[in-house]
Amino acid sequence: MTVEAEKLKRSVSNAVTRFAGEPGPLLEILHAVQNDLGCVPADAVPLLADALNLSRAEVHGVVSFYHHFREESPGRYVVQLCRAEACQAMNARALEEFVRGRLRVNFGETTADGRVTLEAVYCLGNCACAPSMMVNGELHGRVTPERFGALAKEWGVSP
Amino acid sequence: MNAPLTVYVPGDASACSLGADATARAIEAEAARRGQAVRIVRNGSRGLFWLEPLVEVVTGAGRVAYGPVQAADVGKLLDAGLLDGGDHALRLGDISTHPYLASQQRLTGTRLGVVDPTSLVDYVANEGYVGLRNALAMQPLDIVRAITDSGLRGRGGAAFPTGIKWQTVHDQKAGQKYITCNADEGDSGTFSDRMLMEGDPFLLIEGMTIAGLAVGATQGYIYLRVEYPHAARALAKALQVARAVGYLGPDILGSGKRFDIAVRLGAGAYICGEETSMLESLEGRRGEVRVRPPLPAIKGLFGQPTVVNNVVTLASVPIVLARGAQFYKEFGVGKSRGTIPLQLAGNVKQGGLVERAFGLTVNQLVYDYGGGSATGRPVRAVQIGGPLGAYLPASEFDTPLEYEALSAKNALLGHGGVVVFDDRVDMARMARYALEFCAIESCGKCTPCRIGSTRGVELVDRIIAARAAANGANGPHEANLALLDELCDTMFNGSLCGLGGLTPFPVRSALKHFREDFRRAN
Repeated sequence: MTVEAEKLKRSVSNAVTRFAGEPGPLLEILHAVQNDLGCVPADAVPLLADALNLSRAEVHGVVSFYHHFREESPGRYVVQLCRAEACQAMNARALEEFVRGRLRVNFGETTADGRVTLEAVYCLGNCACAPSMMVNGELHGRVTPERFGALAKEWGVSP
Repeated sequence: MNAPLTVYVPGDASACSLGADATARAIEAEAARRGQAVRIVRNGSRGLFWLEPLVEVVTGAGRVAYGPVQAADVGKLLDAGLLDGGDHALRLGDISTHPYLASQQRLTGTRLGVVDPTSLVDYVANEGYVGLRNALAMQPLDIVRAITDSGLRGRGGAAFPTGIKWQTVHDQKAGQKYITCNADEGDSGTFSDRMLMEGDPFLLIEGMTIAGLAVGATQGYIYLRVEYPHAARALAKALQVARAVGYLGPDILGSGKRFDIAVRLGAGAYICGEETSMLESLEGRRGEVRVRPPLPAIKGLFGQPTVVNNVVTLASVPIVLARGAQFYKEFGVGKSRGTIPLQLAGNVKQGGLVERAFGLTVNQLVYDYGGGSATGRPVRAVQIGGPLGAYLPASEFDTPLEYEALSAKNALLGHGGVVVFDDRVDMARMARYALEFCAIESCGKCTPCRIGSTRGVELVDRIIAARAAANGANGPHEANLALLDELCDTMFNGSLCGLGGLTPFPVRSALKHFREDFRRAN
C-alpha cells in the first residue's frame, strides 16, 4: 500500500511545523509522521531532508537505524511479539512458531489480506507476566497459543 | 446514590496486560447496577504481579485487597460485599502486611500502588517534594555533597558514583547544562523504571529538578523507550500538573530557579540505552556510540555539560534530600549503599518488584520471594542484569545481589533484573541468542561488535549442529568452543561500548557453567 503524494506532503509539513523549533527534532518528526500515516514512506525522505536542511543520506540513515520506523503501511492490527529472554523462559519460542504459522507470515510481514502485521520486539517491560505481546499499543501478558488463536479469530484472520 | 466509595484498580501496564482495564470497567458497571457510586483510582502496581489485577477497596477499616480479580469475577465479588471489604476466596486483606511486601525496604518504590499517580496532593501527602524543598534551601554544592555522601551509584547498570558525575557537571562553566534521564529500559527482565514512571511519576520529576538545582541545569529530557506508551501517558499528565502548580517552570516554588522537562521517545533501538548513543538519539541522529573522552558530563547533549542518569537513580535522589545522606547510606553492604529495586521475572511463580537493601542472595530472591519456577520444575539458571548479564547456575545462588560480589563471579547486577529459567533451558541456544541480539542491536560503529556478533551466531550454530556427535571428542568441535572463547575475548577487549563488550558475559558464563549443553545430543 502506498501513501498518496498530497497526503504525505501535508503530513510531513505538519510535523515539521510542529517540531522544527526544537533542538534536534528529526526523531520527533518521524514519530509524528508515522503516527499520522502508519509508516515513514521512502518518499518522505527527500521532503524531510529539504525541510530540515539535511542530506537525504542523513535522513535515510536515521529512519533505517531505528527498528520502530517502517517504510510500508502496516495492517489494521500491529502485533509486536516479544522475543527476549524473560519471554523465552516462558516458552516464547514455541508461541512464536505458533503465531507465524497461524498468521502465515514472518516477522516484518503483513498477512495477505492486509489485516495483521507481525513485528519482533525485544522486551516490553512485562517480564513477570511473560510471554508478552503488544497489539496496537495494548499490552497482553501470559499469552498462550489458545489466547492468540482467539484474538486472531476476533481480528478476522482466516483459520 | 450514596457517597462514592474509592476503589483502586492498577493502571500499570503489566496489570493492564492481565485485564485490569476490563476489571475497572466491570466494577464501575456492576456498582452502578447496584446503585453504589464508586470512584475508581488507577494506581500503579505494588509489584506482586501474580496477584494482578489487584483491586483495593477503601473501607472504614482501611484498604482491603482482592486479587487476582478478572472482570468475570466482579459480579460475584460485589455479591460477597467487596465494596465493604467482605469475605471471598480472593480477599487478601491489608496488602501492605503481605510477607512479600512487609519484608521489603521500599525507599524508592514506597508510593508504588499506594497513591494516585496523577495526584500531586497524594504525592505531597506521602513525603513528596520534601527533598526539593530542602534542596531549594541549600547551596548547589551541598546538594551534590549529600548525593556523594549517600553512596548512591548509578542504577542503570554501570554503577558509577552519582555524586562524582554531578560534581563534574557542576564544575563546568557553560551557558546551558542538561539533565537527561535514561528511561530506555531495554534489558529483558527489568521493569522498575516503567513501574516508577507509571506509578509515581512525580518522584522522577522531583529527582530531576533537584539534579538541575545541584548542577545548574535548567532543562531536562526524559529519553523514554517507545515500547512504554503507558509510561508516556503518565509522564505527560504529571508534567502538566507539576507545571501548572509551579513545581516546574521559570520560577520553581517562587525560588526564582528555572527547570523544565520534556519527554523524547526512542524508536526501538536497544543501543540507545548506552549513554552516548542516547545523546545522539536525543539530538535526532542515528544512535551511534560516541568515543569517550570527552565525557558527557563535560561535553554531552548538544555539546553541553550533561548529567545522564537512569530513572531509578534520579528517583532515589528525593529521599536522600528528604531524610539525609546518612539515612540512605545505612542501607546496603560494602560499596553498594542504599536499596535496589530487584525485578524478578521469567519462569517464576511470584514475579514482581522486590526493593531491598543490597545484599539479598539469589536464593532468597528466587525461592523466598519467587516461590520457585512457575512451571514447578527445578530452577536451573538465572540471568542477572539483562541480555548482557551472566547466567548463574543453581550452585552459585548463594551469591549476594550487590556490585562487588557479582563482579567477583564475572557477573554484573546491571539494572537489577533477574530472569529465572527451569531445567528445560538449552544454554547453547541462550548463548546463541545473546550473540544474535547483539547482532540485531549493534549500532555498527565498531568492528568487534558489528562483525563479531554475527560470526558468533554462525559459530554457535555450527557448535549446536555438531554437538550430537561431539561427546568427549577432541576434534573440530572442541576447536570451535575454543574459538568462541577467543571471539569473546576480542569483543570484550575491542568493543567501543558495553553492547559488544559485555555480550561475552552471557556467552562465557553459559560456556563455563553449562558446558554440557554445548556437547550433549540435540
